[in-house]
Amino acid sequence: MQSNAALEYDYSLAKKFTFLTILFGFLGMLVGTIIAAQMAFPELNYLLGEYGTFSRLRPIHTNTVVFGFTVSGIFATWFYLGQRVLKVSIAESKFLMVLGNIQFWLYFVGALAATVSLLLGYSTSKEYAQYEWPFDIVVVLIWVLWGVSIMGLIGIRREKALYISVWYYLACFLGVAMLYLFNNMEIPTYFVSGGLGDPLHSVSMYAGTNDALVQWWYGHNAVAFGFTVPIVGMIYYFLPKESGQAIYSYKLSLLSFWGLMFVYLWAGSHHLLWSTVPDWMQTMGSAFSVVLILPSWGSAINMLLTMKGEWNQLTDNPLIKFMVLASTFYMLSTIEGPIQAVKSVNAIAHFTDWIPGHVHDGVLGWVVFMIMAAIFHMVPRMFKREIYSKKLMEAQFWLQTTAVVLYFTSMWIAGITQGMMWRAVDEYGNLMYSFIDTVTVLHPYYAIRALSGVLYLTGFIMFAYNIIKTMTSGRELTEEPQFRTPMA
Amino acid sequence: MGISEIQGYASFVMTIFLVIMLYGYIMYLYRSEKRGERDYEKYGNIALDDEITSTPVEDKAASQRHKEENK
Ligand code: HEM
Repeated sequence: MQSNAALEYDYSLAKKFTFLTILFGFLGMLVGTIIAAQMAFPELNYLLGEYGTFSRLRPIHTNTVVFGFTVSGIFATWFYLGQRVLKVSIAESKFLMVLGNIQFWLYFVGALAATVSLLLGYSTSKEYAQYEWPFDIVVVLIWVLWGVSIMGLIGIRREKALYISVWYYLACFLGVAMLYLFNNMEIPTYFVSGGLGDPLHSVSMYAGTNDALVQWWYGHNAVAFGFTVPIVGMIYYFLPKESGQAIYSYKLSLLSFWGLMFVYLWAGSHHLLWSTVPDWMQTMGSAFSVVLILPSWGSAINMLLTMKGEWNQLTDNPLIKFMVLASTFYMLSTIEGPIQAVKSVNAIAHFTDWIPGHVHDGVLGWVVFMIMAAIFHMVPRMFKREIYSKKLMEAQFWLQTTAVVLYFTSMWIAGITQGMMWRAVDEYGNLMYSFIDTVTVLHPYYAIRALSGVLYLTGFIMFAYNIIKTMTSGRELTEEPQFRTPMA
Repeated sequence: MGISEIQGYASFVMTIFLVIMLYGYIMYLYRSEKRGERDYEKYGNIALDDEITSTPVEDKAASQRHKEENK
């Protein structure tokens, strides 16, 4: 590669995916807030005929936040930091640019079409794998394009050593590829039956307990390779860069990486405790879930120690605040998960609201906070403008933090109450409560969660407004800030 | 011995094997630093000094040249 004086990083792809992150984030959380309200006030199910029911909207919520919001965030940050840590501009290769653009459009159109298909009721009924087979094929294509793009960029890099974040993105790519393919093995019934039924319909290639095992090996590792691995990859770049402090211990980051890779894949069966899967597998799921605390906390503590001696930044830079809160919530949910995976605790927690409570302290506190922080860091550099409003950022931070706390505390109480009521028996061994008793008791907590959804969504709208104002009317920067992001 | 029992034992053996590998890796990391063969902490600077014009922490072009010279 020739060295060229005017060489610059090309952010066009990162910008495009940033827009999608905001769009899908808004849509996904809007639907999340609607379904939360429906659980508190069931009449809301009947506003839009079949299209507005909880059962139609729930998969739209989960798939939009996972495959829409989070995956766009992963792509956006990759196309930004991938170039920077490899010290190569993606524009140095025409091929990679074209590939990236194809990936973007295929992804955008595919994601919209897949969402519409869910709204119309096409679903395989496997959690987080609801998309029917034609969409699965599109997902695989997009993923292959991204893979080629990662490898291509690595191929033309100037920096020989792969920074730890790159390892995490690579693991995300490989992990999701493997999981998605195996769990979505399905047979389109129309074609094998000689034209019976709906062409979009398919059945899983696995049956019964095997299907459940593959499903939760997938489901849990979707959390691992979608909500954990790439997000850790982000924080390993954005926190050091924003604070100007190198990672506290690079060795610990390597070790946590391999620890996470080794342990995560075995923990999925904790979703199937007390079910028909073999006993040893359940025990293995529990045991590995507990061990998982180590690599998870390894990364989180490494991040907090990176701030050692620099804690003043926490008070005067809201971006640091977002990231420190994110790693704190990462610690919270990675201690909570293992607790829920202990068999005796799981006997109470399973099927209750404690599970969505756990999911959302992770995703709202960790995933969304980290992705928003990444966007706050990237946008001023991509658009060469100062962040529009620091005050708005602070207000958003506190509003959303309150919302997360309301969400998980209400669901903890609701879940444990529910679990205890389901099991309660009188002196003769008869169940003390019927199902509707629990529903009545839980109503206030559902209402609190709906409120927390409104608050969180409001915070996200503040975020989107701040970012769009930054892009269009933030004060222009003459040179790129090295560390701390400037804000008005 | 049924298939599920074999699977159980296999999973146990595999766990032990992987634990040993992981501990081996820790020792490898620290030992190679102690002997001065590697410096892992310098890689942390890749994120801090990431302008396209910055000097790479490990230059790919230079190391390739080096390899060719040694051929
Ligand atoms: C405004 C914010 C949000 C609200 C109000 C909300 C609300 C909800 C509700 C009511 C459910 C259904 C729970 C049930 O069936 O009992 C749910 C499920 C879920 N949500 Fe959200 N959500 C929000 C944001 C997010 C985000 C940002 C993510 C991921 C990035 C996410 C991931 C999930 C997942 C994975 C599930 C399935 C949980 C399970 O099956 O246990 N949510 N959400």
